Amino acid sequence: MSVVRLTLGYIPLVDAAPLIVAREIGFAEQEGLSLDLRPSPSWSTLRDLVALGQIEAAHMLAPVPVAMALGLGGMATRLDALCVLSANGNAVGVSLPLAERMRAAGHPFDFADAESAGRALIAAAGDRLRIGVPFPFSMHAELLYYWLGALGLEAPQALDVHTVPPPLMAEALAAGDIDAFCVGAPWGAAAVDDGVAELLLPTTSIWRFAPEKVLAVRHDWAEANPDLAARMIRTMWRAGRWLADRDNHVTASELLARPEYLNLNAELLERSLTGVQTISPRGEIRRTDGFLLFHAGAGGFPWRSQASWIAARLAARTGLDRAAADRAARQVFRTDLYRAALAGTSADLPGASEKLEGALHVPTEVASQTGTLILPPDGFFDGRVFDPSAD
Amino acid sequence: MSDRLSIVVVEKDRERALLIVDSLRAAGDHEIIVISEQTGLARRISERNPDVVLVDVTSPSRDMLEELTLASSPMERPVAMFVDRSDDSLTRTAIEAGVSAYVVDGLAPGRIKPVLDAAITRFQMFQRMRAELAATKRALEERKIIDRAKGLLMKARGLDEDAAYALLRKTAMDQGKKVAEVAEALVTAAGLLS
Repeated sequence: MSVVRLTLGYIPLVDAAPLIVAREIGFAEQEGLSLDLRPSPSWSTLRDLVALGQIEAAHMLAPVPVAMALGLGGMATRLDALCVLSANGNAVGVSLPLAERMRAAGHPFDFADAESAGRALIAAAGDRLRIGVPFPFSMHAELLYYWLGALGLEAPQALDVHTVPPPLMAEALAAGDIDAFCVGAPWGAAAVDDGVAELLLPTTSIWRFAPEKVLAVRHDWAEANPDLAARMIRTMWRAGRWLADRDNHVTASELLARPEYLNLNAELLERSLTGVQTISPRGEIRRTDGFLLFHAGAGGFPWRSQASWIAARLAARTGLDRAAADRAARQVFRTDLYRAALAGTSADLPGASEKLEGALHVPTEVASQTGTLILPPDGFFDGRVFDPSAD
Repeated sequence: MSDRLSIVVVEKDRERALLIVDSLRAAGDHEIIVISEQTGLARRISERNPDVVLVDVTSPSRDMLEELTLASSPMERPVAMFVDRSDDSLTRTAIEAGVSAYVVDGLAPGRIKPVLDAAITRFQMFQRMRAELAATKRALEERKIIDRAKGLLMKARGLDEDAAYALLRKTAMDQGKKVAEVAEALVTAAGLLS
């Protein structure tokens, strides 16, 4: 197998770990790939670089390829998601004055119960709640709309969700431009360390298994290079499995902390990998199961029903036809390429390519190619179930 | 319809902003507004209701502009990133040069092209300047380290300056390395040994 050089773009976040680990621990090399990793200043620039063919693949917010398939956002090229790189990993944080009002009203900051946290937030916010997210097409935004919408806070009447680049989030909160934020690791923890925020809720508590980042490539590229796509899928599958092993968390955080990658304190990064978070400047600690997952259940299987959920939310929010949006979205999550890439490896794949989203409240056995496979809980906080085949 | 376009330039650096404005003026009689403030960027831009927004692709604030692609009220005009569908090389050239343009719905590509061409030329110049600056800095640093290595050799081996440099150059040639690399290794080793 000849060594092929590929350029992958990423945003310096903890969940870029599969790309970094693939390069540093040798999973890429094992597949005959030499990865050139290029950090990007913004999601829009990263998206454009893939869409215009300047780079082969990117660490991408799961809703971005779906939004592009729906014709939303600046660029309309079709991108495909080869695999899901990670699930969950974001946290909602509030400004200190808001946290103080919530505490005064009796909220315990348990960092676990989405319903009580949401009600306390709405009660303390006054007539308008302004929340910063990293990008308009992100799980951050979708989960906020889902969570607060279910509790009666309607956008845009009472809820403003605005884009603030994560490195500027703490500053925007301190300046009073926003009341709260939802960001990926390590920016939530960093805002706490800066003494400007308290963490209210991990997004895991809103949806237990939300597809967060995907590996995105241009559709044309995937069609023209099925072998390279397969090698990348296998590389990311092995990197994810390595990252899921607790014993590797220290090594992973040291790798990520390097100046050429995140250039941040390794201890701060380790908190996100282990799910043990400092939630307030006073040093209160909370542990979250499944805070950030790299390889749970079927690993990075890109469930079509996850794409459907994202499409349904985006379509409802932007007034697009739901059925058409759904058809476009499910083609983007390439379960076909994923299955082909991992056939003949030790990876066990589910028998179905879609599932009811939100139906599993405990780890559950489902039919797989070799027998049964255990899927992690994927429930929504309000107990609703999303059926991708329903109209 | 007049040919006059309303253009917003998002740029923090005042000098760069002035240079961009100059280039755009040369491309036509347009109304040009510079926004340097990052907070509330999307709101500031939609208040101005421009036809075209130009932004540096290396700026993290660029993501704030993506919101403008979703018009949230009937009064707002949705924008899209400028992509010439007949020929995406212009878009690619722009991104490579480091500038991206957001354009309101329905504006003819022919009206944007002169503006984008002017912006591309200017941003290419910024890139060249940045590359030249980095190269000059590197050359200066290399010279400093070579001087220190020469000094070390002169002292340790009792050589004169020319002989010290000749020795560095010969070693570099023998090892297939650059003179600066050999000098750096020597300076590092000397630091460890002292």
